[in-house]
Amino acid sequence: MDDFYRDYILEHYRNPHNFGKLDAPTATAEQTNPLCGDRIRMDLLVGDDGLVADVRFSGKGCAISQASASMLTDEIRGKTLEEVARLGKDVILENVGIGISPTRMKCAMLGLRVLKSAAIGSIASWPDEDA
Amino acid sequence: MIETRTFNGTTLRKDFPILAQPTSRGKRLVYLDSAATSQKPQAVIDTLDRYYREYNANIHRGVYEIAARATDAYEHARATVATFLGVHSRDVVFTRNATEAINLVAYSWGNRNIGSGDVVLISELEHHSNLVPWLRLCERKGATLRYIPVDANGRLLLDDLDERLRGVKLVAVTHVSNTLGTINPVEEIIRRAHAVGAFVLIDGAQAVPHLAVNIAELDADFYAFSGHKMLGPTGIGALIATHAILEEMDPFLYGGDMIGTVGYHSVSFNDVPYKFEAGTASIADAIGLGTAIDYLTALGMDAVAAHERDLSAYALTRLAELEPRGLAIYGPRDPATMCGAISFNFADVHAHDLASILDTQGICIRAGHHCTMPLMEKMGWSATARASFYVYNDHDDIDALIDGLKTAATIFKV
Ligand SMILES: Cc1ncc(COP(=O)(O)O)c(C=O)c1O
Repeated sequence: MDDFYRDYILEHYRNPHNFGKLDAPTATAEQTNPLCGDRIRMDLLVGDDGLVADVRFSGKGCAISQASASMLTDEIRGKTLEEVARLGKDVILENVGIGISPTRMKCAMLGLRVLKSAAIGSIASWPDEDA
Repeated sequence: MIETRTFNGTTLRKDFPILAQPTSRGKRLVYLDSAATSQKPQAVIDTLDRYYREYNANIHRGVYEIAARATDAYEHARATVATFLGVHSRDVVFTRNATEAINLVAYSWGNRNIGSGDVVLISELEHHSNLVPWLRLCERKGATLRYIPVDANGRLLLDDLDERLRGVKLVAVTHVSNTLGTINPVEEIIRRAHAVGAFVLIDGAQAVPHLAVNIAELDADFYAFSGHKMLGPTGIGALIATHAILEEMDPFLYGGDMIGTVGYHSVSFNDVPYKFEAGTASIADAIGLGTAIDYLTALGMDAVAAHERDLSAYALTRLAELEPRGLAIYGPRDPATMCGAISFNFADVHAHDLASILDTQGICIRAGHHCTMPLMEKMGWSATARASFYVYNDHDDIDALIDGLKTAATIFKV
């Protein structure tokens, strides 16, 4: 777990990308991780072409949940909502990589779950529990 | 007869097999989460083992020898609990845990005695177990739930208590806060509540493990605790209550063991406390709790409390060394009014990240809201780290915690 807290993770934790809220989001969702109370909100703006034009996240929590969410938001502009809805846990694991202990997996997945919930307009399952 | 032992945490460590096991990374296990659940001494583990090997049988029914032995051991455990807490055996109702004991009161006593317009008074410090049952009772009955406020250090503000007690039927407060480790002045609360005719329930889940408690002297109407936080097994706790109140209360759960006679269209109930113990009890666990109490009695609860005051004082001093680097300690920081737990945060390192980094060094602490979400919200803490102590902890454990926090500071560059 020590290996997890690499410089770029701490950089995203302290200076998260796309942090804040959109004035008029096309889609939005907010959820907490019941285990630890971490909270994340995701706002999406979808253009006339059906592609995600802008994204913001807000919330508070541990370095894992906040850095994972921050890195995720860097990757979804230009995707359709269907593509966002289909994102799997790999997108997170590729970003945060090795060293996530099972007890912290939900922290890492929270941002993705909220993003997928926004995309489908209802509560998405935990990405790490999907088959 | 139980021999008294003099002790320090280091000498007791060997009584707890789990503490001798290195972690998967080969570290010494530094267990600082006893407020969540305590470790178990070999004596308690042996008791469970012996019960299942030698005399496992259902109680209160069998006529054969091992059934009689199991019944005797179970009732002996009840007597041990009673003696330990200064009450009569017949007023000890075994439950699964403190939560079940509190729910028993909320349903059996609350359903009959709390009505529309009544007031239940609890405190802002309560564990969800002593909050949600009252919230739901008040919702069911159209009653009002009122709160004793806390100050910025988590101390109960009692100046306006008489005012707040107006119209109150039941007061339910925790003896010791699980989040901050503060000991509440429950004697005073009980006295002032009784003066206006209110009943009082004390949540003793964090008190019975750490302090000498005499429930009869306290004069609490209801007192709840869990065995697993006091060296005993999981699955056993108790509700202690005034006999006359128990006599009048309806049963909680219905079924076997709690009945007197049953017909197809009628039922009468067993005597107190059996009428509250429906179904097959946690027999082994109750007997194991008796052994845990024998173990604590041999140490002496005053010595246990003194040991924890020493650990709290030492931990506060050592944690204070990290204050210049951004460590914040919550609560009153007064070992004399604390027992067993200290909450803190470290610079901008989230409590969960702290706990993960400490875990790699074999150090177990709790991070989060500690089942006191409204308190955290009020205090403006999104999460705290909590180190909690018990009989088997020593200064080495606290030194390991401090070293671990320094490592976390290095990793997070604070
Ligand atoms: C103050 C307090 N009350 C109640 C409880 C609930 O105990 P249990 O989960 O054993 O029912 C706890 C346990 O965390 C506690 O600390």
